[in-house]
Amino acid sequence: MLKSVAAVETAITDPIDLSALDAIVEPYLGKKEMVIPVLQVIQDHYGYLPRPAIEVVSRLMYIPLSSLYGVATFYSQFKLKPRGRYIIRVCKGTACHIQGSPKIAERIEAILGVQSGETTDDLKFTLEEVACIGACALAPVIMVNDNPHGRLTPDKVKAVLDSYE
Amino acid sequence: MYEKHLMICGATGCISSGSQSVEEALIEELEKHKIRDKYRLVMAGCPGFCEVGPIIVVYPDEVFYCRLKPKDMAELVVKHLVGGEIVEHLLYKGPDVDAPARFFDTIPFYTKQKLKVLRNSGLIDPESIDEYIMRGGYSAFTRALDLEPPAICAEIKAAGLRGRGGAGFSTGLKWELALQAPAVKKYVVCNADEGDPGAFMDRSILEGDPHAILEGMLICGCAIGADEGYVYCRAEYPLAIKRLKTAIKQAEEYGLLGQNILASGFNFKIKIKEGAGAFVCGEETALLASIEGKRGMPRPRPPFPAQAGLFGKPTTINNVETLANIPLILKEGGVAEFSAIGTEGSKGTKVFALAGKIRNTGLCEVPMGITIREIIYDVGGGIKGGRAFKAVQAGGPSGGCIPAELLDLPIDYDSLNQAGAIMGSGGLVVMDERNCMVDLAQYFLSFTQKESCGKCIPCREGTKRMLEILNRITEGEGKPKDLDTLDELAHSIKDSSLCGLGQTCPNPVLSTIRYFRTEYEEHINEQYCRSGVCKALFHYRIDQERCTGCTACSRACPVNAITGVKKEAHQIIQESCTRCGSCIEKCPQDCIMITPVGRKADVSN
Repeated sequence: MLKSVAAVETAITDPIDLSALDAIVEPYLGKKEMVIPVLQVIQDHYGYLPRPAIEVVSRLMYIPLSSLYGVATFYSQFKLKPRGRYIIRVCKGTACHIQGSPKIAERIEAILGVQSGETTDDLKFTLEEVACIGACALAPVIMVNDNPHGRLTPDKVKAVLDSYE
Repeated sequence: MYEKHLMICGATGCISSGSQSVEEALIEELEKHKIRDKYRLVMAGCPGFCEVGPIIVVYPDEVFYCRLKPKDMAELVVKHLVGGEIVEHLLYKGPDVDAPARFFDTIPFYTKQKLKVLRNSGLIDPESIDEYIMRGGYSAFTRALDLEPPAICAEIKAAGLRGRGGAGFSTGLKWELALQAPAVKKYVVCNADEGDPGAFMDRSILEGDPHAILEGMLICGCAIGADEGYVYCRAEYPLAIKRLKTAIKQAEEYGLLGQNILASGFNFKIKIKEGAGAFVCGEETALLASIEGKRGMPRPRPPFPAQAGLFGKPTTINNVETLANIPLILKEGGVAEFSAIGTEGSKGTKVFALAGKIRNTGLCEVPMGITIREIIYDVGGGIKGGRAFKAVQAGGPSGGCIPAELLDLPIDYDSLNQAGAIMGSGGLVVMDERNCMVDLAQYFLSFTQKESCGKCIPCREGTKRMLEILNRITEGEGKPKDLDTLDELAHSIKDSSLCGLGQTCPNPVLSTIRYFRTEYEEHINEQYCRSGVCKALFHYRIDQERCTGCTACSRACPVNAITGVKKEAHQIIQESCTRCGSCIEKCPQDCIMITPVGRKADVSN
């Protein structure tokens, strides 16, 4: 059942290394209900969902590309574009909102020159919003990759961003 | 044997406050004194008091240390562990206690609480099944194995447990329906997709006491005749997922999950499915679609999941907190104990997440029927910074706000519904006079509008239209008939949406109009936001009489919109001001006023 990735790869011009996909998809073959876990593993591997990789999944798992695209665009966790080295997630939870997270987001946007969902040209930072990270005691909070920065004020934002090389 | 057990809060809140570096410093100090093996360190579950994290509780002394820094560890080791003396300055201090408080029961945050669901959280090592068993864990399940399925459902019904996820449906009845469904294959699903912004109780239960959820699911499996369970958990909760995986593995090793459990002939296995970030997946039929690997969109009911749920089989879906209550009810004498707490229509306790402008942010478990005032002022310690209480938002984007005049409302399903709010999952976000209620309504609606899956028209289009109107109002373009239009739209959406998301999403708008109509009218008719939130609807002005010219504001201003000579009253250049609020935070005199656009008189500060 497992088709060779190499054969599929010849049809794709994008220079993305697809060699890991065989092993990634293998445990899920024939399990269509495992689409979301497969995409999660692929996103962990590449940092986003590259189209060539999704095409391979479609062929290996016999799922139409359109269905995979439907699932990938439905869930906010999945990203179809490459992202920066540092993912800044501004918590938009209620506790953060009423304690000034819009002002924090505005300041970050002003410093980096990008809007939410965008990545800086040097691929250093990607700015995102997250519904709630559950650290309400520290509101307003942002996460830079896995590091939370809490009790922020707009004035503290620059120092936080500067601490990432 | 260990001399002492040190429980370090290892839940997300305290980790965010730095509990891991505190733990590292503690280990370093213990090794320095070569006494590492005398003490047992546990990254434990959440004791609830996130505000004062990181927290360490020393047992058996039961001393509660808080707001710890890595540098405090040297003193804690030398003075307390070696010297046996309590380190006074690391104890809880606050305006609500006269002297530093040593124990849980002397800290006001804990005195009105009734820890049932959170009984183990922070007390046991969440990664040890033995500790859960030592606290009576899995005994309710072994009792359930000896009972007939209808008897289990009857006990849950008799206890009066209602679903803790939001709607408050009778859990016993739900189980009975699944039991009566004729099918060989059935499923139990735990809804751990806690998507309400500002709610984190399910996460804390999963992180602090994961075996309680497994036991609840096992009992449900016995009751309805299912042999497989799924936990559907948000991917944003990596620690909860890790702890659940550990717990499942341990239960399998102990023969509490798997084939022929405890030689009873009962089989049960549990799998974890991670969500991928979609609020609508908290709705049961959307959640099931997501487990099946599809876009998480709801479908019309009937058939209800109890008849045709996951993969078309009868399925019982329960929320995390509901399942955590099950072992308490099924243990010997549990029904009477459970139903002795609470009110006529709402039995037991409820866990709330306190957040917002409240002094004691964190997690609390209180008996049903307690008043909002008691939660906010006795448990929560009142409003931060001494400002006036304005409202509390209960139930997140599906709920409503409760104003100051209803502070004595008892917390139970029916009273909250009557007030236009809902129990929801239990998030309580407190607001003060600096929060604008129109902005709050707009915030929730922009959330639900974004999260609307788009399947049914009332929700997809209706939320969009309501949001457009609210955007207009917050930008000063509101029209007098907007409030009537909002009301009409809200009721159409409530009546005709397919699932719970659409049916409840107008609630924040309806309840803020109901209790804060004047604020809406000020926005529309006077172009004025008295809370200083909606930027187009106010100016900042410096009170020339009171300004001392300290320059704190002009130094804080990121756009140089404040001018003035040192020791003389300063001025704001309105054309340059972006109303970011940096100055008002810094002013030591509180002399920066929020004034209506185009009006000279000061109204409030």
